Amino acid sequence: MMASNYNAKEEDGHQPAAIGHGGAGTVKNKKPDNTAFKQQRLPAWQPILTAGTVLPAFFVIGLIFIPIGIGLFVTSNNIKELEIDYTGGDMSSPCYNCSQSYSWNSTKPCTCSVPFSLDQPFESNVFMYYGLSNFYQNHRRYVKSRDDSQLNGDKASLKSPSKECEPYRTSDEKPIAPCGAIANSLFNDTLELYYIDPNGSRTAIPLVKKGIAWWTDKHVKFRNPGGNDNLTVVFQGTSKPVNWRKSVYELDPSDPDNNGFINEDFIVWMRTAALPTFRKLYRIIHKKPNMTPTLPLGQYILEVTYNYPVRSFEGRKRMILSTISWMGGKNPFLGIAYITVGSVCFFLGIVLLIIHHKYGNRNHSADIPS
Amino acid sequence: SLNDVVFPSTEEERHLRANDRELNLSYKYSDNAIKTSKYNIFTFLPLNLFEQFQRLANAYFLFLLCLQSIPEVSSLPWYTTVVPLVLVLSMTMAKDGSDDMNRHRCDKQVNNRQVEVLVEGELQSEKWMDVQVGDIVKLENNQFVTADLLLLSSSEPLNLVYIETAELDGETNLKVKQALTVTGKLEDSVEKLANFNGEVRCEPPNNRLDKFTGTLTLKGETYSLDNERILLRGCTLRNTQWCFGLVIFGGPDTKLMQNCGRTTFKRTSIDRLMNVLVLSIFGFLMIMCLILAIGNGIWEYQEGSKFAAFLPKGVNAPFSAFLTFWSYVIILNTVVPISLYVSVEIIRLGNSFYINWDRKMYYPKNDTPAEARTTTLNEELGQIKYIFSDKTGTLTQNVMTFNKCSINGKAYGELLDFSGQRVEINEVREKVDFSWNNLADPKFCFHDNSLVEVVREGNPEVQAFFRLLSLCHTVMPEEKKEGELYYQAQSPDEGALVTAARNFGFVFRSRTPESITVVEMGELVTYELLAVLDFNNVRKRMSVIVRSPEGKLTLYCKGADTIIFERLNPSCSNLTEVTTLHLNEFAGEGLRTLALAYKDIDPEYMEDWKLRHHVANTAMDEREEKLDALYEEIEKGLLLLGSTAVEDKLQDGVPQTIEQLSKADIKIWVLTGDKQETAENIGYSCNMLREEMNEVFIVSANTSEEVRKELQTARRKMTPDGTEEPTVKKSRSGLFCLQKTETVADEPVNGEYAMVINGHSLAFALEKDMEIELLRTACMCQTVICCRVTPLQKAQVVELVKKYKQAVTLAIGDGANDVSMIKAAHIGVGISGQEGMQAVLSSDYSFAQFRYLQRLLLVHGRWSYLRMCKFLRYFFYKNFTFTFVHFWYGFFCGFSAQTVFDEWFITLFNLVYTALPVLSLSLFDQDVNDWWSFQYPQLYTPGQLNQYFSKRAFVYTVLHSGYSSLVLFFIPWAAMYDTVRDDGKEIVDYQSFALLAQTCLLIAVSIQLGLDTHYWTAMNQFFLWGSLSVYFAVIFTMYSNGMFLTLTSSFPFIGTARNSLNQPNVWLTMLLTSVLCVLPVVAYRFLRILLWPTINDKVRGRGSTHLSLDKVLPPTPRRVQARRTSTRRSGYAFSHAQGYGDLVTSGKFLRRTPKSRTTPSLNSAFIARHRIKNENTVI
Repeated sequence: MMASNYNAKEEDGHQPAAIGHGGAGTVKNKKPDNTAFKQQRLPAWQPILTAGTVLPAFFVIGLIFIPIGIGLFVTSNNIKELEIDYTGGDMSSPCYNCSQSYSWNSTKPCTCSVPFSLDQPFESNVFMYYGLSNFYQNHRRYVKSRDDSQLNGDKASLKSPSKECEPYRTSDEKPIAPCGAIANSLFNDTLELYYIDPNGSRTAIPLVKKGIAWWTDKHVKFRNPGGNDNLTVVFQGTSKPVNWRKSVYELDPSDPDNNGFINEDFIVWMRTAALPTFRKLYRIIHKKPNMTPTLPLGQYILEVTYNYPVRSFEGRKRMILSTISWMGGKNPFLGIAYITVGSVCFFLGIVLLIIHHKYGNRNHSADIPS
Repeated sequence: SLNDVVFPSTEEERHLRANDRELNLSYKYSDNAIKTSKYNIFTFLPLNLFEQFQRLANAYFLFLLCLQSIPEVSSLPWYTTVVPLVLVLSMTMAKDGSDDMNRHRCDKQVNNRQVEVLVEGELQSEKWMDVQVGDIVKLENNQFVTADLLLLSSSEPLNLVYIETAELDGETNLKVKQALTVTGKLEDSVEKLANFNGEVRCEPPNNRLDKFTGTLTLKGETYSLDNERILLRGCTLRNTQWCFGLVIFGGPDTKLMQNCGRTTFKRTSIDRLMNVLVLSIFGFLMIMCLILAIGNGIWEYQEGSKFAAFLPKGVNAPFSAFLTFWSYVIILNTVVPISLYVSVEIIRLGNSFYINWDRKMYYPKNDTPAEARTTTLNEELGQIKYIFSDKTGTLTQNVMTFNKCSINGKAYGELLDFSGQRVEINEVREKVDFSWNNLADPKFCFHDNSLVEVVREGNPEVQAFFRLLSLCHTVMPEEKKEGELYYQAQSPDEGALVTAARNFGFVFRSRTPESITVVEMGELVTYELLAVLDFNNVRKRMSVIVRSPEGKLTLYCKGADTIIFERLNPSCSNLTEVTTLHLNEFAGEGLRTLALAYKDIDPEYMEDWKLRHHVANTAMDEREEKLDALYEEIEKGLLLLGSTAVEDKLQDGVPQTIEQLSKADIKIWVLTGDKQETAENIGYSCNMLREEMNEVFIVSANTSEEVRKELQTARRKMTPDGTEEPTVKKSRSGLFCLQKTETVADEPVNGEYAMVINGHSLAFALEKDMEIELLRTACMCQTVICCRVTPLQKAQVVELVKKYKQAVTLAIGDGANDVSMIKAAHIGVGISGQEGMQAVLSSDYSFAQFRYLQRLLLVHGRWSYLRMCKFLRYFFYKNFTFTFVHFWYGFFCGFSAQTVFDEWFITLFNLVYTALPVLSLSLFDQDVNDWWSFQYPQLYTPGQLNQYFSKRAFVYTVLHSGYSSLVLFFIPWAAMYDTVRDDGKEIVDYQSFALLAQTCLLIAVSIQLGLDTHYWTAMNQFFLWGSLSVYFAVIFTMYSNGMFLTLTSSFPFIGTARNSLNQPNVWLTMLLTSVLCVLPVVAYRFLRILLWPTINDKVRGRGSTHLSLDKVLPPTPRRVQARRTSTRRSGYAFSHAQGYGDLVTSGKFLRRTPKSRTTPSLNSAFIARHRIKNENTVI
């Protein structure tokens, strides 16, 4: 933008008689102070939208945005992503039976295997997500139905959870730990991945279940009451959430660092999604030390322990395998948006330039009527 | 009669007895303590809160607070409403509290003034507040009148007292009051006063200053009481040693207090527009809430019911929709944020301070800065369409100066250079030295030395000329110290003439009823005064007949030229011709002229005439006619001496100011109590009337029909093919459109016209059936001058224009007679620094000189309007954008009234993150600086047309916000959809999304603010960057471990800032949203400036192309006032009141003056004396 800098240096006051009156300043009079602030003469920069500033700005923005957009688009396209919908709403789907028969109250686990194949190898670390659709984790009644103090290991809140947790606050007159609707609806499908060797043998792919939550959540926001000593004792007198099959201290009995409130699957679930369609990190498949791809191309089987009912609200369940880049997961939108905006800018710049050439002389100061 | 106790509120008649406290107390009249304060320590909090919650906005927020306390509805925690509400309430409370403290202090000071009261036969000093009705108080010279008193006795002859009523009505001349003779006899005898037991019955307390009715019963006789006997609280005793008074009304019952506190509360048109907008915003809010509530109902029915396994059990769909409606009312309340009202007040206050601080509106001569007495009307100053101005003291200085004269065919007073060219007379020019005359008035100034030379040479005509001026008048001299003369003249013209004579060596020294003593060129001469042939409006001349010490009888006469010329001796015809030329020249310059003539009288004839004069003077019937005939007879065959020209001095810069204002398309109407000739003259001298005008219509008819005819004729002349019927646009305005308004459209006129209408015609024209005719005709004229109007008519004219033009009006005046129009107009401006304060006290703005009006309007008004409009546009943009994002989010969260931003962000957005940048925009912004504002007064017109902020502009703002909110919600939505962090972890969780959305919003609105700012001071930069930094500082603090661990439930966003803001795609999204928000605006504005530039754009562009102002700008050409060569003749310029002639000769006033010099108090007695009629009427 073009600008003009000036400091108004104007005569002050109309009256030469002021000298006689104010004298040497000994007489205190009511004459206002001569400060730039009070006289509204603060030095200022006055930007004006002129062709000299606006048009280059448009071109520059266009020239910057298009490469960024291309970079983003290419990056996003290079990310390998595989998505498998295992909801089982379809008759042909392997999980159809599970989805039909299953409800919260059934005790018998239902399992199904979904075969799939990779057309290209996944290199580097591969992230395994579960995705839910049409699931309103951002509903107000849902979002507020938790007690952060309880999750932070506050013993008082453990015994008497916040009212926000109602109606999942107590069960059998015992406080629920963890209380609230979010915890109650914890995603509890188990997903396992097997590689089918060309020779037909199944190799389980090692899935790492730690390191999937935010560091701050794992170490600050979520804490077990009374540190990490015997959780069974700590949680005595509390009740498990009604939908849960096991208590909170049984989430991962093998690893005290991943059990109770600091179980990472639980933490990840507790970070509610902003939108009704979301994905959450489930497991990480670390890259192999040698040069072989983490997931070579070939046949795989996804073993699902189908616990989580979504059919009632027409939800979908997905398993996603994805690599990542510096800009996160696969999302071509930003790249396309940058390219579009950059092009529009450039185009607008040209259009404005033409208009300016044609009509620019109109704005000539000489024709100010006076 | 102790039984007839009447309570003050229902008081029908006041009854009291002097010196009888017991009886008077039984009536429970209020005592003399006044209380203007509203609160005391205990009532402050409840009362003030009660008052504050009467305001719609505060009540609304209280309502929201109640809603939030219902858990099912509460969509936001309580603090989002409480924090702003408490802040606003406490700020207002602090202001109200300090105001009230001041009032308490003032009350205390006034109530504790001391006055002497007669208690149990002794004079005691008591506090004002302890004075009771029925007490007798003693006042001394220069004391304030304690309460409304019945004057009992005074130190002055005839039981007169002199009071100054400046505080009450703004009139500075002394007024006289006179006690009844029967009470006057009490004099200052404490004994007699203590035994005085008169009973007073009078009207109940009221606010009429000019009327009082009551009776005094004393010793079985009843005397009527009227206003002449009453001293009102607020007056000051002058020139009176002492007086005694009986307290009739005390404290709150006094007429002064009854007149206070009922000033109508003025509101600006922006205020009114804002009210309408706020109301429609409420409607809009309800529609949004309704849509979302219906959405919620549908969602609950279709999805929520099936979702029951995961969601806490809700209620049935219709009830859920109902609750959601209120939840959204809470969330979307930001469309009408409480901070809007606070900010508006702060901006107005700031702009008022600028007015107070402006050195260019400071008048050094009497040390008066401009003052914004009202802080709520600033932006209206930028929208003025009509100015109503008083003349005397506003356009003119009310100072007459003897400027020029023509003596015996030779004109004096002009300053010529060597080539014979006129030289402009200004303050720098050398003045004539009067040091040879030790009685000269040092303040008198004259520039033509030749006149002094001729008078000192002893030129007989010139001497006769000044002798006439020193003898023929009714001025009273005052000589406080030897040689220090003060003249008390009834009209300033006469004072100017006598002062001129004094300086030219003919010093009027003293007078008795029979003689006038003059020092003529250092020589004391006493003339015998034989007769004063006084001035009146018909005669338009006055004469004196004097006998010189040598015994020569002479008649000296001065008067209107036309009248004098009719009575001249035919031998003067040559001289008359030359003098007429001079008179025309003087009149052409707008001077007020008089012709002077004399004649020697035969002593015998004089004897005869005097006899007949005595007979006529004592005649019972037709005295006036007989006297007139006698005067006519003797004032004949006069010999012309010459003429004088007195300048009714315009204030500095008046013509230039008027020209500037009319360039700004502001119409100026002069409303004056002066005579038509005077008003016209001033019209010409300040360039409102011009010779080149097509026609100046003069409406001065005596009947309603004639007035109508004259108005119609004028209108038809201006638009021969105009419609007969006025185009009246009827519409409705105001809240709920309850007010019906009629607007008379402006009609096009070819050419320039002006109208002069006198008060008499105006009275007819203002009648219901003719007012539109008057308005149409007047509005077609460039200039309208109404002369001889009463204060009420002034207000009526203002009301007329307000009613039918829907335009913003400003009234400017200095005197008590302007108060009505100052109060009637949208903006009232008082000229301060004069002695009367009434106009200033009822005004909204005050300054010392009329010329500051152009700065007030063209600079301060324009800026204030611009700033307020920018503020409102921006504020609505910001908050609508904020709110709409919530609206869009409703569609993605099951219409559950989940907020899209962090609750703390919602609390702090208006109060912390955006408050200061917006304020700095609306306190510092200038599109063009003051210099350009003066250079192009046309820059003012957008304000008159409401262009910067109107319903239309508001709709644009809403659409703009709609676009921005779409960008600000859907770009983050799309960019974050199903994506993850660069370490594969979560980023589309609710908290991260909230952070992203709110940061995008804040950055986008900050950039928009930057685009709207035309004047980037360091403050703007500081506040803008400061606010953004504060935002980041606050989120990092609030989302920190420490805050979470201390207050776990209030700060659940722990870690969000750290985990989000290190992601490149988050920043890329912010960049994208910012660019997308700004880009269309920049393109649109650029195109607008390119294709349809406004005058502002042009001036701004011009200012920028020339970096140094000094280079581009030629010095403003000084407009030399064109000399008119018209035959227009200024009329006889005496003020229109009857002179003092009868008093001069009555001798009554001189009862106690054995010496030749009059004492000051007697002198004022003399002046005031003639106002007294019907003394001591006994019923």
